[in-house]
Amino acid sequence: MKKRQMYFRMIIASLMRRRSRMLVALLSIAIGATVLSGLVTIYYDVPRQMGAQFRNYGANMIFTPAEDKLTLEEIQQGAAVLNGKDVVGIAPYRYENVRIHERPVVIAGTDMTGAQATSPYWHVEGSWPSADGQIMIGAGIAESFRLKMGDLLEVSYTPEEAGEDAETVVDRITEFEITGILDTGGSEEDYVYVSLADLEALTEKPDSIDVAELSISATSEELAAYAEQISNAVPAVNARLVKRVTASETTVLTKLQALVLLVTIVVLALTMICVATTMTAVVTERRKEIGLRKAIGASDASIIKEFLGESMMLGGLGGILGSILGFIFAQQVSIHVFSSSISFMPALVPITILVSVLVTGLSSLMPIRSATEVDPALVLKGE
Amino acid sequence: MSLLELKHIYKIYGELHALDDVSMKVEKGEWVSIMGPSGSGKSTMMNIIGCMDKPSKGEVLLDGVDISKESSKNLTTVRRDKIGLIFQQFHLVNYLTAVENVMLAQYYHSIPDEKEAMEALERVGLADRARHLPSQLSGGEQQRVCVARALINYPEIILADEPTGNLDEANEEIVVDLFHKLHDEGTTLIVVTHDPEVAEVAQKTIVLRNGRVVKEVVNQNFTGKIHFSEEGTHVTKTDLKSEEEIKAEESK
Repeated sequence: MKKRQMYFRMIIASLMRRRSRMLVALLSIAIGATVLSGLVTIYYDVPRQMGAQFRNYGANMIFTPAEDKLTLEEIQQGAAVLNGKDVVGIAPYRYENVRIHERPVVIAGTDMTGAQATSPYWHVEGSWPSADGQIMIGAGIAESFRLKMGDLLEVSYTPEEAGEDAETVVDRITEFEITGILDTGGSEEDYVYVSLADLEALTEKPDSIDVAELSISATSEELAAYAEQISNAVPAVNARLVKRVTASETTVLTKLQALVLLVTIVVLALTMICVATTMTAVVTERRKEIGLRKAIGASDASIIKEFLGESMMLGGLGGILGSILGFIFAQQVSIHVFSSSISFMPALVPITILVSVLVTGLSSLMPIRSATEVDPALVLKGE
Repeated sequence: MSLLELKHIYKIYGELHALDDVSMKVEKGEWVSIMGPSGSGKSTMMNIIGCMDKPSKGEVLLDGVDISKESSKNLTTVRRDKIGLIFQQFHLVNYLTAVENVMLAQYYHSIPDEKEAMEALERVGLADRARHLPSQLSGGEQQRVCVARALINYPEIILADEPTGNLDEANEEIVVDLFHKLHDEGTTLIVVTHDPEVAEVAQKTIVLRNGRVVKEVVNQNFTGKIHFSEEGTHVTKTDLKSEEEIKAEESK
């Protein structure tokens, strides 16, 4: 039998046949590794999760016209700078004044799919308009006009060019079917919404966009860079960040990551203390065995090698357990806090095991060093 | 040349002279007992002979080499290569089986060899208990494993510290018989004991008191076999001095 074989046989025997003591040590390492691996997973997943969360708060970039109005083509050109990546949605808005029951109301023409993506927090009773001739009205409008879903609504538009000669005013009237009532708690409730095509048909004025809202999944630095690129590439477009959203996203993200990092360091320190304490107890408990080993010829290096081997093997086992439990832990946190699942990071498994082995080895050094100070003569004294 | 020679050994702790000018010789193949009451310096002497401690003064010649000034690292090597230890408390590693405990000594000495370890267990009559953990063995069996571990590396000296101190009469006899066998095979034995029955079976008994050798008795009727009197007390074969005589000598 080779020496190495005997070495591993001894270590495995020590771990297997002293199960109760070793389970306590293993548990402390595994808990540490679990929290570490879980928190690191969350740490790396938080930007993605937070980004998704913040996209729920609406657009984080807007395009305004450099001069009077924007065209859809200009918006497309601006969006093309982003190469389509990280773009959650684009909603062009065109606002016009119309009359409903002879009272002035602001109508917004937009791309319903884009608006849904950039304003995911909008609560719509019924459904978003999906075909021509359909309209969504704000809750404020619904209340003041006593309108409900399914009602037909006449919208009158007075062309601007006819404004000067009131005699010849010919209002354009279109009838829409109310499909949804918008409830946001904000000023959006006082508008009515139709598709761009319907508004163009009503006004007979194509391609006249006032503003475009974009929701982009990116950090505030990236967004700032995109905005600059877009403004430079498409002079007609003035790309700006919605500071309120991007700034708070960055602040929250930085604070959250700092918190996770801090907790990780604290857990790491606690794990080290725990392992060191357990190993000190193990060394104290095995003083006689150490004395015996030294009495029958073990060198200090052999004693260190054996105890370090045991603790590192425990570290490895704890790391494997921690990787599995850490993923479950991170998954639970993600589900309960962010309401979405996280993806498994395979690279984290070897890292967790390695860190666990290193942390266990490091925190065992002091207790193991004290093991070498055991006097072999103690085995002769019949203590 | 003697295998082991202690020349004017002193071990001093502050005011206390644990060993006070002790000299003795052990020849190769000899069976020597060291006797004495508690505090007589037996353990200190055992530590020095077993290379686990160094004397304050004097020389310890093992195979003609003075080991009294060696570093603890070198003493570990000497202990590993030349001395087999047997303990009163057996000191088997509790999570290793009997055969693994024997192999442990091989592991530190050279290369573990399970076959050889099994043969050593066979010599002490424990081949069938080789895969048992110490907790599954009786005291006598544990001591026999300890003997097998001590002899596995063919040491020059087997040093036994109260080897029968924790054994009943039957097991005591088994262990002493084992020593007898080892002695017959040419092994040098040094047995530290306070049990006269165990001490007397040796070829030579050295009696310590207050750190001094007060008597060295050669057993003329050496048989290597233990004898028990009917009452369980030992049968005196030597003329050890009485307490009064020793006290008188000390006062001089």
